[in-house]
Parts: sequence; structure tokens; C-alpha cells
Amino acid sequence: MRALVLGLAVSAMAGFAPIGSASAQAIKPAIVYDLGGKFDKSFNEGVYQGAEQFKKATGIDYRDFEIQNDAQREQALRRFARDGFSPIVAVGFSQATALEKVAKEFPDTKFTLIDMVVNAPNVQSVVFKEQEGSYLVGLLAAMASKTGKVGFVGGMDIPLIRRFACGYVQGVKAANPSADVFQNMTGTTGAAWTDPVKGAELAKSQIDRGADVVYHAAGGTGIGVLRAAADAGKLGIGVDSNQNGMHPGKVLTSMLKRVDVATLTAFSDAKDGKWKPGVMVLGLNEKGVDWALDDNNKALITPAMKAAADKAAAGIVAGSIKVHDYMADGKCPL
Amino acid sequence: MSAPVPLPAWADRLLMPLLALATAALAAALLLFGIGENPADALAIMLRGALGSGEGIGFTLYYATNFIFTGLAVALAYHAGLFNIGAEGQATMAGIGAALFIFAAEPITQGFLLIPIGIVGAMIFGAVWAAIPGWLQAWRGSHVVITTIMFNFLAAIVSVYLLVNVIGKEGSMQPETRLIADGAQLWTMQAMLGALGFKSPSTPLNFAFVLALLAAFAVWVLIFRSKFGFHLRLIGTGNDAARYAGINTQRMIVLAMALSGALAAGMAVNEVMGVQHRVVIEFTSGYGFVGIAVALMGRNHPVGVILSALLFGALYQGGTELAFERPAITRDLIVTLSGLVIFCVGALDQLYRKPLAQLLARREPG
Repeated sequence: MRALVLGLAVSAMAGFAPIGSASAQAIKPAIVYDLGGKFDKSFNEGVYQGAEQFKKATGIDYRDFEIQNDAQREQALRRFARDGFSPIVAVGFSQATALEKVAKEFPDTKFTLIDMVVNAPNVQSVVFKEQEGSYLVGLLAAMASKTGKVGFVGGMDIPLIRRFACGYVQGVKAANPSADVFQNMTGTTGAAWTDPVKGAELAKSQIDRGADVVYHAAGGTGIGVLRAAADAGKLGIGVDSNQNGMHPGKVLTSMLKRVDVATLTAFSDAKDGKWKPGVMVLGLNEKGVDWALDDNNKALITPAMKAAADKAAAGIVAGSIKVHDYMADGKCPL
Repeated sequence: MSAPVPLPAWADRLLMPLLALATAALAAALLLFGIGENPADALAIMLRGALGSGEGIGFTLYYATNFIFTGLAVALAYHAGLFNIGAEGQATMAGIGAALFIFAAEPITQGFLLIPIGIVGAMIFGAVWAAIPGWLQAWRGSHVVITTIMFNFLAAIVSVYLLVNVIGKEGSMQPETRLIADGAQLWTMQAMLGALGFKSPSTPLNFAFVLALLAAFAVWVLIFRSKFGFHLRLIGTGNDAARYAGINTQRMIVLAMALSGALAAGMAVNEVMGVQHRVVIEFTSGYGFVGIAVALMGRNHPVGVILSALLFGALYQGGTELAFERPAITRDLIVTLSGLVIFCVGALDQLYRKPLAQLLARREPG
């Protein structure tokens, strides 16, 4: 199967690029970002960073496109595919329907879809177990909290963000069963991802109610959440990218979702002839999600906290700790 | 928004929009020049992208379909003196309505009967969503500009609630419904031309474009050739005069808003039944707001609305091509460029009225 796909890919590229050996091919990578845009300080930007890393390491340039509306998803994917780009990274679950269609039209082009699954012989789907990473930062939040009250600010109220929240609550309760978790969603439209003012207001109201650690899963809105927590002398928790450095010493940790690694891997694998279709579920075990520990938050994480987080991570990897996935049944047990 | 300085019709309807466009083009050229791009090249790419290929034309007309519907919605209400800012929300609700009607009818029929059912569903939902602010205006005196803006937010909230909790697809991260049945999907232009023996590229352009043109004709007949339209325009020119003339102005205001909402629903028909084949969150993408600029530039006349909708369609598609071709030109710059055009044709529209009137008056002594 893999050989077949590879063969197809090579023959597809014959038209515009010299055929290299199977181990190092000349590739023309491309990215189609989601509506959030390239520089959202979070999810899309992670993809951008991965692509930039690839460019730096290999000298191979890439093209990208930021869509403005839903109709452009298909247009952009088709346009890149027709111009001979491959692999094409489609960022975000919203691309799935368009990708499904375009992937069928261009069976020789490699597509990598991030955050959603499309089953097609030329599509690689990368999804993450956000609940596992959120569980760990929840655990850390509960241990860092002096008041026994922690907060969560989500972006748009969608199942994916409830999955973050649910994992977080489970982690908090695992460390402190009597802890209170305040949860707020910023909004119900796409604007909820880019509203730092409202994010700050929500974080402040949670802090007023006694929360001293606030985790956000809200894209650009989270910038306001972290700022409000830092201004109030409390702790924030970042998401997706490592946001510890935004307010050093005031960000407890960040829940990392390694879309940058996923992008870099997709590009490099395509270059090395190792790219293969199928579903990749990246959890703690695959280092697809993690929590960030660096110089900025070293002082905040006590050895006991680190030990507890490591133990929980090992438990999740081993399967002795089961983190419930909200999206499996649309419910959160806690 | 009355015109204080009179102008000959040709100058008002043709010259003024063109002058406004030229202003926008000049500002855009300066902007492009400022970031080191050649404005002439950019214009060439935009023109070629919008009109230079079958695919480009398809996308241009697809965008234009949305703008014709929302432009007509704004224009019709405007003739009754109502400024409907709510086409966005009305289209959102209309999309929900189309999906609900189609889903309800699917167990009974899978055939093309679903298409009129979906369209009726969209129109009812769009009309009701617009009629409520109309009613509030007519009987409670709540200004329709304020209420329609608020109803946009309400529509967004209601649609998210429904898409996430009620009619959303199980296990989907994207708040969206499942696909509507094949029978409910409007014929694509590709399929329609294919049936006639022509080959064409795959674009979102579909039968809704034909519906949009029919709607424009219907609006023209309604406004300019019917008693109802006469009453409508009478209200638009003076509410008191209309009342003294024996017109039930309150009823007319509600009706005008309902019709306006039903027109905005056409945009949802295009997106939901013609392109996406499902209701996706925020499928309206701001087309409702652009409709305001389309109506203003088209002087609230159906023909003008079609022309300015084509222009905005070309702008959208040409802008997309520009962003593809020139990595230095980002999405945000494209938004800025369209913003400049909207600003110039919408807000600065009257800028040249006075100098132009003086100029013309000098040329025609007496």
C-alpha cells in the first residue's frame, strides 16, 4: 500500500520536479490555514512554526494560504493540488469536508489533515488527545492552588473545547477531590477565539470568586486570560504553544499540543519518502500533547508537583489512569 | 440619507459610483505600493483571477449570488425607509430553517421536491426573523437599525445552540448539521452546463444564481410596478403622508421587513443548499453586511444591485487569487482592500456630490 502511494506520488511529481531517489525527494509543501489565521499565537501559528523549522533545516520553501470563508477551503486545497503541491497540510477540523472531496480528485497528492480524521488512501489524519494534556495541567493547577479553587476559560463553546475542560476537571479532582472548578466559555461564535478583552473579564471574575489558577483553551482570547491572571498576581495556564514566556513566573505551565511537530514530521516524512496515510492519534505516549517546563516556570513547579505529573503521565501512558474523552459520548463524568 | 444636492440621474447612478470606485482604487494602489507590490500587476492578477478563467468566473458569480440576495434585501427595506442591518442574522436563521424543513421532509420524499421545501423553509425563517424587528419598529418604536443588529447576535447564539446541542452532527467538532439529501441539493452550474453539453470546471456556482436573477426581477416588479411597491415607497418618503393617504403603515413596515428577510434567505439557500449542503457555523461569512454596501452602491435599484454584486464578487474572487499569487499579500490586506472599497462606495459615496453638481451646473447655464 505504502509503496503504491509512494509510486503514485513520484509519478505525479514527474511533471514538475526531477525524480529524486525514494529517500530524498524534491517536494513542494503547502499549508492551508483555518479561519483563525496564521498568527493566532496558538494553533495555526504552531503549524507555521513547524513549517518554518522545516524550511530552516532543509532550505525547502513552502506556500501557504489563509482562508477568509468556507468556500475557499476547497478552492485553496484544489488550487495547491493542481499546481503540483504535495504534501498539503490542512489545518483544523473544519477542513475535513473540503479535503475529502479534493483528496478524491487528486489521488496522487499527499494531504495531511490536523485535528480531524478523513479516511482516504492519500490522506494522513493527525488528531490529539487534548484531554490527557489537560488532565496533567489540571493536576498541576490543583496542586498549585492555595484556595482550592481553579478556573477554566474556553474559547468557542464546541465539543472540542469541552474535551479540554473535561480533561482539566478530571485532573483537578484527581489531585484535590474537593476543589472547585469555575468554567466559562467566551462565546458561541468564531469571535470567541479572538476576544482577549472578554477573556480577561472572565478570568477576573473567576479570580474574584477565589480562583488562583486559570487555564485557557481559547486561542487569541487566552492572551487576555493570561494577562488578567498575571496582573492579579495569580497564575495562568497556556495552551497549544508554549506560552510560559508571555508572563514569566505568572504562567504555571502550558498544555502543549504539538501541531508544529506534526507539521514538521509530515513535511520531513514526505521529503524522506516515509510519509504514509492513515490516522495518527497523538497522546502523551506519542509526545503529541505535553505540559511545558522551562526556565520561565521552573520556580513554580515544586518537585512534588513534577513527580505527581510525571506519575500521572506514566499512569495514562500505561493505561492505569483513564482520562475520559468528552467527545466519546458528549458527557463529562465530573 | 437624503440627497441634499440634486444631480442628473446619469451622474447620480453611474458617475458617482465610478468616482467612488476610482477613489478606492487609488487608495488601494497607494497601499500596495507602500508594501512594495506593483499595483498594476496586482490589478492584472485580480482581473485575470476574477474573470480570466471559467473557474474564476464561477467563483465571481457564486459570490455575486450572495451579494445579489443580501443587496436586494437591504434595498427593498430601504425603499420603505428601513435600514435593515440584519441580513446576516436573517440568512443565518434561514439556513437553519432550510435544514429543519428538509430534515423534516426527508422521511417522506428524497426527490427534488425537497428543493422548494427547503427554499420555503429558508424564506419563512428569514422573514420571521426580520419581521420581529419590523414589528418592534412599527408598534413599539424600537429603531430597526438597533434591533436588527441585536438580532444578528441573537441569530448567532441561537444557531450555535442548535448546531451544538440539537441538530448538530454527532461527534463532530465543527458545529454543523449532517449533509442534506441529494435531492435537496441545488444543481451545480457544472451539472447544468454539462446537461447542455458544455464542459465547465467545478465551482460553487449553482442554480441559486438563476434564483437570484429571478428575485431581482421580482423585486423590480414589486417596487416599481405594483401598488404594494408604490405604498412601500410612499412610506419611505414620508411616513405621515402615507398614513394620511390611508396606508396601514405599521402593517407595511412589518411586511417590508419580512420580504427583506425572505430575500436575505436566498443567501442561505445558495450556501446551504447549493454549496455546503449542510449548515456550517457562521456560513454567512459577512455577506449580509457587504449587502449593505452593495445596495448603497447599486442605488437600491435591482439592476444596480446586480451590477455592484458582480463587482464585489469579482473583488472577492480576484482578491483570493491575489493572495494566492503573491505571498506578500496576506488575507488581512485583502480584507483591507475590500474595506477600502466599501468605505469609499458606502461611506464616502456623497463626497463628490456637491463639487459634481457645481461643475455640472456651470456647464449648463440657466
